Amino acid sequence: MEQRILILFAHPRVEKSRANLALTRSIPPHPDITFHDLYERYPDFNVDVAYEKKLLLDHSVIIWHHPFYWYSAPPLLKQWIDMVLEFGWAYGPGGTALKGKIAFNAITTGGAREVYSREGYNRFTIREFLTPFDQTAHLCKMIYLPPFAVQGTHRLTHEHLLQKAGQYSQLLLRLLEGRFRPEGLQQYLFLNDWITQTQDVTI
Amino acid sequence: MNGNFLMQAVVYLTAAVVCVPVARRLGLGSVLGYLLSGILIGPFLLGFIGEEGRDIMNFAEFGVVMMLFLVGLELEPAQFWRMRRMIVGMGTLQICLTAALISAAALFLGLSWQASLAAGLALAMSSTAIVLQTLNEKGMMRTAGGQSSFAVLLFQDISVIPILAILPLLALPAAGAGDAGHQSLLSGLPGWMQTLGVLLAVALVILAGRFVIVPLLRLVARTHLRELFTASALLIIVSTAWLMELVGLSPALGTFLAGVILANSEYRHELESDLEPFKGLLLGLFFIAVGASINFSLVAGDPAGIVSLVLGVMVLKTLVLLVTGRVFGLGTDQNLWFAFGLSQVGEFAFVLLSFINQLEILDNEWMERMMVVTAVSMTLTPLLLMLHEKVLVPRLGTLPAETREADAISEHNPVIIAGFSQFGSTIGRFLRASGVEATVLDNDSDRVDLLRKMGFKVYYGDASRFDLLESAGAREAKILISAISSPEINAGLVETVRKHFPHLRIMIRVKDRFDAYELMDMGVENLYRESVDTSVRLGVDVLRSLGHRGYSATRAGQNFLKYDEQALRKLAGERHDMKQYIFSVRQQIELQEQLLAEDRQNILSTNDLAWDSEHMRETISKHVPEADG
Repeated sequence: MEQRILILFAHPRVEKSRANLALTRSIPPHPDITFHDLYERYPDFNVDVAYEKKLLLDHSVIIWHHPFYWYSAPPLLKQWIDMVLEFGWAYGPGGTALKGKIAFNAITTGGAREVYSREGYNRFTIREFLTPFDQTAHLCKMIYLPPFAVQGTHRLTHEHLLQKAGQYSQLLLRLLEGRFRPEGLQQYLFLNDWITQTQDVTI
Repeated sequence: MNGNFLMQAVVYLTAAVVCVPVARRLGLGSVLGYLLSGILIGPFLLGFIGEEGRDIMNFAEFGVVMMLFLVGLELEPAQFWRMRRMIVGMGTLQICLTAALISAAALFLGLSWQASLAAGLALAMSSTAIVLQTLNEKGMMRTAGGQSSFAVLLFQDISVIPILAILPLLALPAAGAGDAGHQSLLSGLPGWMQTLGVLLAVALVILAGRFVIVPLLRLVARTHLRELFTASALLIIVSTAWLMELVGLSPALGTFLAGVILANSEYRHELESDLEPFKGLLLGLFFIAVGASINFSLVAGDPAGIVSLVLGVMVLKTLVLLVTGRVFGLGTDQNLWFAFGLSQVGEFAFVLLSFINQLEILDNEWMERMMVVTAVSMTLTPLLLMLHEKVLVPRLGTLPAETREADAISEHNPVIIAGFSQFGSTIGRFLRASGVEATVLDNDSDRVDLLRKMGFKVYYGDASRFDLLESAGAREAKILISAISSPEINAGLVETVRKHFPHLRIMIRVKDRFDAYELMDMGVENLYRESVDTSVRLGVDVLRSLGHRGYSATRAGQNFLKYDEQALRKLAGERHDMKQYIFSVRQQIELQEQLLAEDRQNILSTNDLAWDSEHMRETISKHVPEADG
C-alpha cells in the first residue's frame, strides 16, 4: 500500500541545531511527503486545529520529529497533541479519525545509545521514555512503530551526521513504497536498524 | 515697577484664583469664571479697575495669538490642507450671510448703508478665544462640530485683513484720512506693492520656520537652559506677530502659520509645554478684561434696547450657523453645538468697531452699544453652551444616556471604555467578541449615534465628568479603560476616578513616553503606549521575511517589549534627577541606541541557551563528561 507521510517537526531553534538541520535537509522532496514545521507555523503556540486535523486525514504515516528535550518533546508538540487529538475525533466514542495510521518518533539525543539503559546514567531506555507517545498512538488506534533516533549528536562528526541523515532519507523512501508490514518492524529497537541491517524492502 | 502695577496684578490674579475654581466647581467652565471675575472687579461692580481694562484687553489679546500658534502646532500641514474646502466654504457662507442679514437689520434700525455694512461685517466675527478654549477644555477639537468651528474661526481671522482694507472705502469723504487706526508699514504704498509685501512676509514666515527656527532651537537646546528655550519660544511668537502687524496681516494668522510649519519639528512637544501656561494666563487676562469692559451704565440706561440687540444679533448668527452646518452636512447635535458655540460676537469686533469709529462711519453712541453687545454676547456663550448641553441636547440631539424601557433591568457592565476612536473601538470589539460587554463614553455625538445603532451602551459627554461616570455605572464597574489620547483629559479622568471611585482599576492608552511619564507620576500602573506593540510586531515580520525562524523572531519581539517596558519604568524614575528633562528626547534616542546594542548581545541569545546545542557542544568539548540527555 502506498503511503503519504506527514512530518510534524518541532524544534524551537533549529538554526542552532546541526543534527536537525542535517536531518531536515535530507528529507527528499516528494509530493507524498509533507514537512510541517510547527515552530515556524505557530510561533505564538496558537495551533490551528482544523488545519491540523485536515493534514492528519490526508496522510497515513505521522512522524513526530523533534529533539529529545528532557526525555520528551519540546512544548509546542505537546501543545499540538493536547489541542489536535480531540476527544470524539481521535479517541473516545466515535474517535476513529486516525484509526490504522502509522505513528512514530524521529528524535535526536545528545547522549549516546549506551547511556539510555539500566546501566547508563539515564537509567531507562528510549523506548521506555517514549511510553506516553506509544500510548497516545494506541489510544488513537494508530500503529506505533519503534523510533528513528540520531544519538550522541554532540560528538558526531560531520560525516557521521550526513550518514545518519542519509538513513532518515532512506527510511522515508522505504515507508513511501509501503512494502512492509508494521508488525514486521516491531522487531527492531530503532527504525535505524531496519535501514542498516537489511537491504530488504519488504518485511 | 510702581505700587499701582502691583496692586492691579493682585486684583487680577485674586479675581482669577477665586472665581475660576468656583465656576469650574459649578460646572460653568473656566471661560465664564474669568468673565465673571472681570465683571466683578470691573468699574461697575467693585470698581477695582477702571477704563484701563481696554488697554489690558489689547495686551491680553496676545493670548489669542499664542493659542493659534499652539493650534497650529497640533495641525500638520497636510491635515491643514485637507481642511481647505471646509475653511473657505463654511467661512464664506457664514460671513456673507451673517453680514448681509445684520446689515439689513441695521438699515431697518435707521443706520446709513455704510454704517450698516460696516457693523454687519464687524458683528459677523465670532470669538476664537472662547470657542477654541471651550473646545480644548471639553476635548472636542476632533469632532465634526469642533472642526467646523475651527474652520469658520480661521476663515474669519483671515477675512479681517480684507475687511480692514474695505472699511476706509465706506468712510464718508468728509472723514478724511481715515486709516489712522490701521497703520502698517505698507499703507502708503500702491496696491500691488502691498500685496507683494504681504506675500513676502508670509514666505518669510514659512522659510524661517523651515530653515532658521529649528536650527536655532537646536542651538538653544544644547545650552540646556530651560528658560532660554522658553524665551526662544516667546521670541518666535512675538517676532512673527510683529512682522504680521508690520505688513498689516492678522498676528494670530501669522503665528498660526508658524505653528503649522513647526508641527513636524522635533521640538513640538517642548514648544507646547513651554507656551501653554503663558497662553492660559493671557487668555484668562483677556476674558477678565472683556468682563470688565462691559458698560453696565449703558445697559442700565436702556436695558430693553440692549437686551433685544444682543438677542437679535445672537439669534441671527445662530440661524445662519445652523444653515451653514446643515449645508455642510453636520448632524443635528454637532450642528447645534457649532451654532451655539459661534453665536457670540468675537474679539475682532472690538478691533473692527474702534476702527470703524475712527473712520467716522459709525457714531459714538452706536459704537458703544455694539461694544456692549459684543462683550455681553461673549459672556452669554458659556451659559448658552451649558443650556445646550443640559437642556437642549437631552431633548433634541444625541442623549447623554439612552432612555430605557421602564421594565428593562439596567445591567452593569464590568468595563467602561472612555473614548471610542480607532483605539477604543478595537478594545471594545475584542472584548465583545470575548463575551465581555463594555459601557462606552464618548464625546463625539456622530459616533455615539452610530454605536447605539450597533447596540453598544453608550454615554455621551466628557468622560472626566463625575456625574457621567456615575451614571455609566462607575460604582459597579471593575475596570475603566481610557482610550483617549489627550494627556490632559486622562489626567483629569484619573483624578476624578481616584477621588470618587477608588476601587476602579484604571488602564490608560498613552501616546508616547512623555504622556506615560506624566501618568506614572500620578501613580497609574497600567499604561499602554499606542504604537509599541504594533511596531514590534512589524519588526518581527521583517525578521521573518529576512529568513529568521518564526519562533526566534517572535521571542526576540516579546523580549524586546519586556525590555522596553523596563527601560520606560527605569527612565521614569530617573527623569526627576535630570535637570534638563525637556531636552532628554535626544538623550532618549541615545539611550535607545544603547538598549538596542545590549539587546543584540543579551536578549537574542542568552535567553535561549536552553535550545542552543552549538553552545552545549562547545561546553561539552571543554568538559569531558557527558552532560545531557
